[in-house]
Amino acid sequence: MPNCKTVVPYRGTPEQEEELRRAVQAHKGQPGGVMPVLQETQRIFGYLPEEALIIAAEGLEVPLSELYSVASFYAQFSFNPKGVYQVSVCLGTACYVKGSAEVLEAVEHKLGIRTGSITRDGRFSLDATRCIGACGLAPVMTVGSDVYGRLTPEQVGPILEKYL
Amino acid sequence: MKTREQLEQIRSEISARMAPRFAKERQEGVKRHIMVCAGTGCTSSKSLEIISGFQRELEAQGAAEHSRVVRTGCFGLCAMGPVVLIYPEGVFYSHVTPEDVEEIVREHIVNGRLVERLLHREPDTGAVTQRLEDMEFYQPQMRIALRNCGKIDPENIDEYIAVDGYQALIRILTEQTPPQQIIGELKASGLRGRGGAGFSAGQKWQFAANAQSEDGVKYVCCNADEGDPGAFMDRSILEGDPHSVIEAMAIAGYAVGAHQGYIYVRAEYPIAVHRLEVAIAQARDYGLLGDNILNSGFAFRLELRLGAGAFVCGEETALMTSIEGRRGEPRPRPPFPAVKGLFQRPTLLNNVETYANVTWILNRGAAAYAAIGTEGSKGTKVFALGGKIANTGLVEIPMGTTLRTIIEDIGGGIPGGKKFKAAQTGGPSGGCIPASLIDTPIDYDSLTAIGSMMGSGGLIVMDEDNCMVDIAKFFLEFCVDESCGKCVPCRIGTKRLYDLLDKITRGEGTLEDLDTIEELCYHLKSSALCALGQTAPNPVLSTLKHFRSEYVAHVVEKRCPAGVCKNLLRYVIDPAKCKGCTLCTRNCPAGAISGVLRAPHTIDNTKCVKCGACMETCRFGAISKR
Repeated sequence: MPNCKTVVPYRGTPEQEEELRRAVQAHKGQPGGVMPVLQETQRIFGYLPEEALIIAAEGLEVPLSELYSVASFYAQFSFNPKGVYQVSVCLGTACYVKGSAEVLEAVEHKLGIRTGSITRDGRFSLDATRCIGACGLAPVMTVGSDVYGRLTPEQVGPILEKYL
Repeated sequence: MKTREQLEQIRSEISARMAPRFAKERQEGVKRHIMVCAGTGCTSSKSLEIISGFQRELEAQGAAEHSRVVRTGCFGLCAMGPVVLIYPEGVFYSHVTPEDVEEIVREHIVNGRLVERLLHREPDTGAVTQRLEDMEFYQPQMRIALRNCGKIDPENIDEYIAVDGYQALIRILTEQTPPQQIIGELKASGLRGRGGAGFSAGQKWQFAANAQSEDGVKYVCCNADEGDPGAFMDRSILEGDPHSVIEAMAIAGYAVGAHQGYIYVRAEYPIAVHRLEVAIAQARDYGLLGDNILNSGFAFRLELRLGAGAFVCGEETALMTSIEGRRGEPRPRPPFPAVKGLFQRPTLLNNVETYANVTWILNRGAAAYAAIGTEGSKGTKVFALGGKIANTGLVEIPMGTTLRTIIEDIGGGIPGGKKFKAAQTGGPSGGCIPASLIDTPIDYDSLTAIGSMMGSGGLIVMDEDNCMVDIAKFFLEFCVDESCGKCVPCRIGTKRLYDLLDKITRGEGTLEDLDTIEELCYHLKSSALCALGQTAPNPVLSTLKHFRSEYVAHVVEKRCPAGVCKNLLRYVIDPAKCKGCTLCTRNCPAGAISGVLRAPHTIDNTKCVKCGACMETCRFGAISKR
């Protein structure tokens, strides 16, 4: 399970927690405020640490179980931290028919991890994503905010080495 | 806050300033407008660097006074990105890199000479086309929903106003047009929902207007949770012309009696989200959103809500549950959203492209709109053209245009001289159209009749190298992942269907499996709770209908005709062509190739891992896959 409870220790700072409390206050009592708060939490911490969810739940005065129920439903919320470089390979239809499955396989091979996990040194995490909309460049991979298009499996190794 | 007069003044001043973009000939003393696409596709290939490069170079070469750089939304021709269009000449440059900017400024802007090497070439003939409107890609198109994409700066409300933006809203509020008249106009136009199901937009507005709310509260929502893989129409509209959606939603609020709107947009679309935030703030500043709009007494507030990566939230009831801040699971209908929707109040929900058509209809009249298209489907439809096609990108065509026109003329055909095999419309809810039906005029009803559907407008082209069983499996895998799990038919049915298809692609299927698949498909269609489950079998059923022989080949001959399904692949060496150079032997990771120097080699298929390395390294074309 890629999205099970994390084994990485919580490293939230008091500043981050303060920022979260402010976000919670801004959305408290607003109809449908749970989703924006979860999105803020993930923006501040990079993922959803249990410690932060407790702060959010207490602030919003909703049960922690409710936050967990909502967060676990949506693919974008993660209970695990991400790597320094988040690698994503698009498996949208346009990319798929142009061979993105082979590109993904090449990335898994190069990093030595499965899709949905993180390298031991925390440097790279790998995800397969839905269409990112750059279908004109298919097949596409992103590393952090850099986009690489019209890829072949052979190009994957040299690209990833740039981030080592 | 602006008054009507101030808005009118902005319109005439700014439209005069934008004149070069609409002029046919270049006149002395007129500024050049350098339009650079800043949609997601072009931004991914550094168009923002190109924009700042132009600004820098224009300064450096002393041409800044006579030229203006404009960041625009998507031009549609994503395969040729990043694209730059220079007005008033209308010259179109494709595949521009930041390094090309200096030359374009020096040659084109300063010296008035074209940069030949960057001009667009037609993919099939190689002919050079200078002007955008002469390109084969644009010729058969008709732009209504995309009318402003590539023409205006989406982050500047004045440019939207200059192209008659907010005119419909201003007119309606000033004249206090009766809501029934607006709804009547929409009905008469024949506009059908562009989100997939194709329900009459006017009817939907009527239901929401008729619905009684206990406390008088109603909502207007916009579905911008475009989740079909390979579809990016809505994103491009939001990135290129966000105000057209905002204006239409405000008009919808007036027509049905709602004062609060929500746009539910995918978080995966950061540029679209940003442009919407900017646009909403600008509209609010100008007093076109908020309380007492243009002193009419009408109030309409608009908020953004971000999705979080759940495909099912594109389904209307799930979308509303998600806006309410809960797990985005669908619920049974009735009650329909028009009666009991968001927060249990009557709600009007339309998709982005539907809204983008509304102001055009209200400005030009229902009759003008109804004159376009076919008997049952009026107007135009935007398709995201992708897959094995030369011109991937966004196209808008009148309903009734044939698939052949889209693929051969607009799309520029299949690259690499391959044969067209099928087109997939409607994403995971749609089906495949085989090559034999390429002359089908495309509209809602014709697509349904041949077992596909319009869907939101993804159109993926496939050639002879695509395996239809594999494609069906791909879409089903998507549905398995995205099934919310609330109803049993979808949660378990899609998984069982996937397992059966997987069995076939592994070469272990039987002919009985094909019957089981078909039976399971019909059960799923009739019993799933929402459209996700009900339409999930469509890709399977349509490929079974049109490409049954391919399934049979997998089952009976244990062969994948397209050479995609790895377990069924056989790499073979043609002894007549093999020179016995041993290159393949050295490159095979599995040690599956044997043979002596200068004698034909052979592949042991029990050891072969089907990586294809031998075929790629062979210099004599002696290795093929079957």
